Amino acid sequence: MLSTLADVLKIDRETYDAIIAHAKRDHPDEACGVVAGPEGSDRPERFVPMVNAASSPTFYEFDSTELLKLYRHMDDREEEPVVVYHSHTATEAYPSRTDTGLAMEPNAHYVLVSTREHGNSDGPVEFRSYRIIDGDVTEEEVDVVDPHEQLRSQD
Amino acid sequence: MAVEVRIPTILRTYTGGEKAVPGEGATLSEVIDHLENNHPGLKERLIDEGDLRRFVNVYVNDEDVRFTGGLGTSVKDGDQVVVLPAVAGGQAEPAGRI
Repeated sequence: MLSTLADVLKIDRETYDAIIAHAKRDHPDEACGVVAGPEGSDRPERFVPMVNAASSPTFYEFDSTELLKLYRHMDDREEEPVVVYHSHTATEAYPSRTDTGLAMEPNAHYVLVSTREHGNSDGPVEFRSYRIIDGDVTEEEVDVVDPHEQLRSQD
Repeated sequence: MAVEVRIPTILRTYTGGEKAVPGEGATLSEVIDHLENNHPGLKERLIDEGDLRRFVNVYVNDEDVRFTGGLGTSVKDGDQVVVLPAVAGGQAEPAGRI
């Protein structure tokens, strides 16, 4: 299969806001989830917030039963995790050694959100995206697309 | 015992890109040894020091094998084995081995 590596994450405003809202809601614990999209499309379309089974301010892990359900559901719909996101609640939005060591989706954009500035409150958050392949981290641009722009680009 | 083993994207380099491969064995441990014969290198990605790696999940018929006897979990004809890497991370070092 051809790789769909790009140096930009294109994500719609609604999904972008939903990831930030999830991170703020779960602060001070880390929040996590995926945005699924059609295999090979590189389009994050279906927002799926997950429970952090670790319930921890310094670690996240999808519950193993929920993980299986998620992957079965994606398989049935011929989807893959286009975005895998989680929050850091006391440090910057940059992959830790743990994050790079455990990144096992070579096709995914790994999104990091940091809630260290404002916690559960309103206010801007760091929202950054990376490719993590074999432990190598490459930051990429984040292009937040408003709904009307997206319609135009599909013409 | 003939089973189907579902392989995650990251390990498909060992299976020539196949999403699922046939397996043989009476226990998960035997299935993994059999996989290793056909796809050298795969076992090391699943097992460390004689046990399943902390951040690799294996399911037999949708049951996480950590709750059904680990590598000793018995399998029978027609069972499905699913391998899924954990989706995990965070700002601190985890307690387990990667």
